[in-house]
Amino acid sequence: MANVKPDPRALRESPLQHLATELEAAEATGPHNVSIREVPFATMIGIRATPGSPAHDAIATVLPHGLPAAVGEVAGQPDALGVLWISPDEFLAVSVNERPELVATLEDALGQERGHVVDLSSNRTIIELSGPAARHVLRKTTPTDIHPTVFTVNRAITTTLARTPVLLWRTEDTTWRIMPRASFAEHIAFNLMDAMHEFNHALVS
Amino acid sequence: MTPIAVTTGTSFRVPAAIAPGAAINRDETVEVTIDGHTMTAYRGDTVTSALLANGHRRVGDSIYLGRPRGVLACGVEEPNSLLTVTRAKAETISETMLIGPTVEVTNNMVAEHVQGIGKLAETADPEYYDYTYEHPDVLVVGAGPAGLAAALQASRAGARVVILDERATFGGNLVGTPDAVIDGKPVETWIAETVAELQANDDVTLLNRTTVFGGYENNYFMATQRRTDHLDDQVPFGVSRERTLHLRAKQVVLATGSHERPIVFKNNDRPGIMLASGIAGYLNRYGVLAGSSIALLTTNDSVYLLAQQLAELGHLVAVIDVRADLSEAALQAVAAGIDVIAGSVVCDTTASDQGALAGITVAEYLADGELGATRHFEVDTLGVSGGWSPVIHLHSQRQGKVVWDHEVQGFVIGQPRADFHYAGSVTGSLSLGEALANGANAGAAAADATGHFSFATEPVAAAGHRGPVAALRMVPSPDGEDQDAYANHFVDLHRDQTVQDVLRATGAGMSSVEHIKRYTSISTGNDQGKTGAVNAIGVMSEILDGHTMDDIGTTTFRAPYSPISYVGLAGRQRGELFDALRKTAMDRAHEALDAVFEMAGEWRRASYYPRAGETKAQAIRRETIAARNGVGMIDSSTLGKIEVRGKDSAEFLNRIYTNGFLKLKVGRGRYGVMTGVDGKVFDDGVTLRLAEDRFFMHTTSGGAQRVLNWLENWHQTEWSHLDATFTSVSEQFATVAVSGPKARRVVEQLASDVDFAPEAFEFMEFRETTLDNGIPARISRISFTGELSYEIAVPTQYGRALWDAVAQAGAAYDITPYGLEAQRILRAEKGFVIVGQDTDGTNSPQDVGMDWVVSKIKQDFLGKRSYQLDDFLRDDREELVAIMATDKNSMVRDGAALVSAEDLDAPRPVSTSGHVTGYYDSAALDRTFGLALVRGGSKRIGEKLYAPAYDPPVEFEITPLISFDPEGTRRDGER
Repeated sequence: MANVKPDPRALRESPLQHLATELEAAEATGPHNVSIREVPFATMIGIRATPGSPAHDAIATVLPHGLPAAVGEVAGQPDALGVLWISPDEFLAVSVNERPELVATLEDALGQERGHVVDLSSNRTIIELSGPAARHVLRKTTPTDIHPTVFTVNRAITTTLARTPVLLWRTEDTTWRIMPRASFAEHIAFNLMDAMHEFNHALVS
Repeated sequence: MTPIAVTTGTSFRVPAAIAPGAAINRDETVEVTIDGHTMTAYRGDTVTSALLANGHRRVGDSIYLGRPRGVLACGVEEPNSLLTVTRAKAETISETMLIGPTVEVTNNMVAEHVQGIGKLAETADPEYYDYTYEHPDVLVVGAGPAGLAAALQASRAGARVVILDERATFGGNLVGTPDAVIDGKPVETWIAETVAELQANDDVTLLNRTTVFGGYENNYFMATQRRTDHLDDQVPFGVSRERTLHLRAKQVVLATGSHERPIVFKNNDRPGIMLASGIAGYLNRYGVLAGSSIALLTTNDSVYLLAQQLAELGHLVAVIDVRADLSEAALQAVAAGIDVIAGSVVCDTTASDQGALAGITVAEYLADGELGATRHFEVDTLGVSGGWSPVIHLHSQRQGKVVWDHEVQGFVIGQPRADFHYAGSVTGSLSLGEALANGANAGAAAADATGHFSFATEPVAAAGHRGPVAALRMVPSPDGEDQDAYANHFVDLHRDQTVQDVLRATGAGMSSVEHIKRYTSISTGNDQGKTGAVNAIGVMSEILDGHTMDDIGTTTFRAPYSPISYVGLAGRQRGELFDALRKTAMDRAHEALDAVFEMAGEWRRASYYPRAGETKAQAIRRETIAARNGVGMIDSSTLGKIEVRGKDSAEFLNRIYTNGFLKLKVGRGRYGVMTGVDGKVFDDGVTLRLAEDRFFMHTTSGGAQRVLNWLENWHQTEWSHLDATFTSVSEQFATVAVSGPKARRVVEQLASDVDFAPEAFEFMEFRETTLDNGIPARISRISFTGELSYEIAVPTQYGRALWDAVAQAGAAYDITPYGLEAQRILRAEKGFVIVGQDTDGTNSPQDVGMDWVVSKIKQDFLGKRSYQLDDFLRDDREELVAIMATDKNSMVRDGAALVSAEDLDAPRPVSTSGHVTGYYDSAALDRTFGLALVRGGSKRIGEKLYAPAYDPPVEFEITPLISFDPEGTRRDGER
C-alpha cells in the first residue's frame, strides 16, 4: 500500500534557475532596452498524429484551437495554451501555466489510434527575450529572418540559435520565446547575454 | 625606412576654398606617427592621404627587388602601401597587411609600412567581433551614384534594402568632384539628401566601411563592417570592432564601380607614378595635391577633368594622350591652354637620388606600335590612366560569364546572372547620367522581382560623352627587344613581377593565363591583381602570336574580394562561446564535488572526482574500488532516449535490432545491438517495454539523433504500414545509476514502495514508482559494471534533487560518485563494449564478442544478410579480446598498434595484428589490462603480442574478453 507522498514540486530545478541573478543583471536599459528571463516549468506535450487520421481528429477536438496546419503556425495563444507545428505530423503543446492533467486528456483522446502523446515538460525550457532591441539580439544569433512582416506575432518555427537547435516563438511585438532542450539552455543564455551587452550603449551603426 | 619627401616640410594640403576635401573635417586635427614620423592630419584622412599631405611619398620597398615604391591608388586597389597598424587603445591588436588608402587615421596611432612579407601578430586579439544575419529583398553592393539611385528606387518601392559600401563616405568616386550636378543640385547635396532618406527608412540598412567580400550559392553574400577603427576611443565591451554580415538576398544590384589601370612601361614603378584616379581621389576627397609638377598619361578621356583642376592649381605640366586623334575632351583641354601631347606615350622615367620620380621620357607612339622621337620632362608626379576595369568580382565569383569589351577596353559582364542587376561603371559606362539612370532602373527591377513594383524615377545628370579608349597596355622598351630590356617593366607591383617574368613563363612554353599566373605569381598577392591582372593578360597578348584579350580571357575571381580577418569571421564564436556546451541537470553537483570534466561530444561529463591530495590515478582507482566493493553512483543522463509507441512497435524493433524483441515482456528490458544494412555495429543500448504498445529505447549518448533518424528513415520509406511512432525523450529524463554490492541498501531508502529483493526485482526488470520524496521515477536493474545496479530515471527538473537524494541515502555506505574514467575501467573488466571506442564502424557484433546478440532464428533484421558474405566469414577478422601486459604495471596509450612476435623483428613494413582500444589500471585485477581488436583474436588466446611503439616494446598476452567475474556471480550484489 503506497504511502501518501509529498508534493515534489519544491524539489524541481529549472535549467537556468541558478543563473537568475545573471539574467536579471544582463538587462540592457535605455532606449535600446532588452531583457532576458527564464519561464520555467511550462507544461509541454509532444504530439504525433498524421493530418487526416483519426488520431489527429481526436486530439484536435480536445484542444481549444485544434492543431496547427502549416510551418510557423501556432494553434492557440502564447499566454494560454499554444500548439506549435514541428513537422507535418509532429506538434508541441505548450502552456506556461502548468496543466498537469493535459497529458491524460490527450492520451485519452488518442486512445488506441496511431500516434503519440508524450510529456516533454522537462525536455526544454523557455528563455524569454523582450524589448525593442530583442530583434537585434536575434539578428546576431539566429540565421532565420525575424523581420516583423515575415516573422509575425504568434508565429513559431524550428531553427538554430547560437548554432543550437531551438524553437523560436514570437509571442508579442517585441517579445520572443527561445526554447532549447534543457542541456543547451546555459549555452544559449550565455550567448544571448553576451549579444545583449552592446545595447547598454549608444549604438554604433 | 626614410620616407622620400617631395619637398621637405611642405604641406601639400590645398586650401579649402579650392578643394575642401569631401572626406575630411578640417576643424579637427589628428596626430599620427607613420614610419616613425609624427605628423598632423585631419579627421577622415587615411594613412596615405596623411603621408601625401605631409610631402611623404615612399611607402616601403618592393618585396623582392627592394625598389622604392610610392602610393599608386586612393582605394582598395592599392598594391604598394601595406601597413601594420597599432591604435592608441587599451585593448587592441597590431594588425598587419592593411591597405594604406583604406586605413583611417586616429589620434596617436602608429602605422608602419610592411617590409618584406607580413607577419601575424603573436598575441591573441583582445578585441570583440560579432556577426549578424541579414535578409534583404535587395542587396545593393556599392553606394556610389548608381548604387544610391538603385537603393533609393528599391526602397521607395517598399523593398527591404541593404546597401553597403567599403569606403567611409557615400557617393563613390563622385565625392568631391567639382561642378557635377544631379537633379539640378550640387552632387554633395544630392548625396546627402539621398543618404538621409535611406537612413530614415526602417527597412533600409545603409552601411559604410563595409566590404562585400564573397558571393555564394543562392545569393548568399558575406560582408565585413569595420565599426570602430576610425574612432579614437576604446568602445565599450560588446560593441564589435568588426562585424561580419551574412546576407541572404533575393535580388542583387552590383554597383561596384571600376578600378583604373596603370600602363606598363620602363621604370613605371617609381614613387610619384600614380593612377590618375588616385591623384583625383586625394585632391577631391582629402584636399591633397599628389605632387608639385604633375604630368598625366592616358588612353582615354577620364583624366581631362583632373587635368583642368591641376591646370587651375598651376601644377600641371602636360597631358600625354596615347590617341593620335584628339577627342572632344582633349580638344576642350587644348582650348583651355593645356599642353596635350597627342599620339605619345611615356617610355621611361628617371629618378631622384632617393629613387622618387624625377622625370619622364615621352616618345611618339607610331602607328606600327614603334617608338618615335622622344622628349624629356622634369616632373615629380605622373598620373596614369590605362583604362578602367569594371569590378566584376562578385559576378565572377558566382561563375558569371565575363568577356573582353573592345570599346570599354576591359573585361565586362558577359551575361547577367539570374537575380543580379548591374548599374554604374561596373557595366563599362563611365557616364554619371547613365549610372543614375541604370541605377534607378536596376533598383526598380530588383524590387519588382521581390513583389514591390514601381516606375523608375531616374535622377538626371549630364550624360558626359566619352571618346574612344586606346588599346594600349604595354609600351615597348626603348632598349630593344631582349628580355633584359623588359626587366623594369612592372606588371604586378605587389608581386614585383615584370614583363621579363612573363616572357620567362611564355618561354617555358606556357600560354594559359591560369598557368602564367601561377608561374609568375602575378595577381596572387594581397591585392589579387586589381591593377595588374588585365595588364598581365595584355602583355601575354603582345607576346603570344595570334592571341588576343578575347581568347586569353581572365582568371576566375575568388573570395575574398579584399583581405579580411579570420577573427572577424569567427565573431563571438571564441572562447566560452566557441561551441555549444551541454550540461546535465546534475552538472553543478559535479562541480561542487570538484569533478574534473571531459567532453563527450558536446556534453560536459565528470571524468573523475579527485579528493584533496589525490592524483588522477588514485582518484579513479578509489572510485572503481567503491563500485566493486561498496557502492558508487554515476550521472548517466546523457544517454539517448526514444519512446516508441504503436501496436507494431515490437515488430519494428525486431527488424531494427539484431536480437529478438517480440517476446520481451512488459516490465522488462533487453540489451540490443543495431547494425547498419552492412551488418556493422552502429549503436546499442537497453530497451524497456513499458506497455504492449510502448517501448523506451536507450541509445549511446552521441548516437541519439542518428538512431532517431535511422528509425524514422526506415519507418517513412519502407515500413510505413507498421504502427510505430518515435519521440525523442533524451532530455526529458535525468538518470542516476547506483552500482555496487551495497546498491540495494541505498535504493531501498529512496523508494519504500518497491520490493528490491533480488527474486522480486530481477535483473533487467524495471519498476514505475514514486520515490518517497514524491518524485515520479522509473527504476531499472541495468548494469554496465557487472555489479548490482539500479538506474533511476526522473524528469530532468528533478535530476539534481535525485542526485542529492541518492547521495544522502548512500552516505551511510560511503557512496562514491564515479566518473567516466572509472566507468570505462569497470565495463572493460567485464568486456562490455563502448560503441565508437572499441568499434570503428567495421565491426560486426560477432567481432566484438556478441555472437549471442545476433538472432539465429529471426527471419530477417537489418544487417542479417551481410553475415553470409565471405568477408564476414573470414577467420582473420579483427576480434575484440582482452590483453594483459607481461609487466603488470605497464601502461600503453589507446590506439597503440600491436604486432606478433615474428613481425616484431621482421623487416618493416609489417602488417599489424590489431590495436589497443583501451588500456587501464585495474584495482579489481591488481594489474593493468586492456581491450584490443586483434586479427582472429578469439582463436589466439594465450598468444603474445607486442606494442612496438615503445622502447623496449611492451609485451602482452591475449586473454578472454571478460577479465573479471566471467560467471556473473556479482550481479545480484550483497545478500
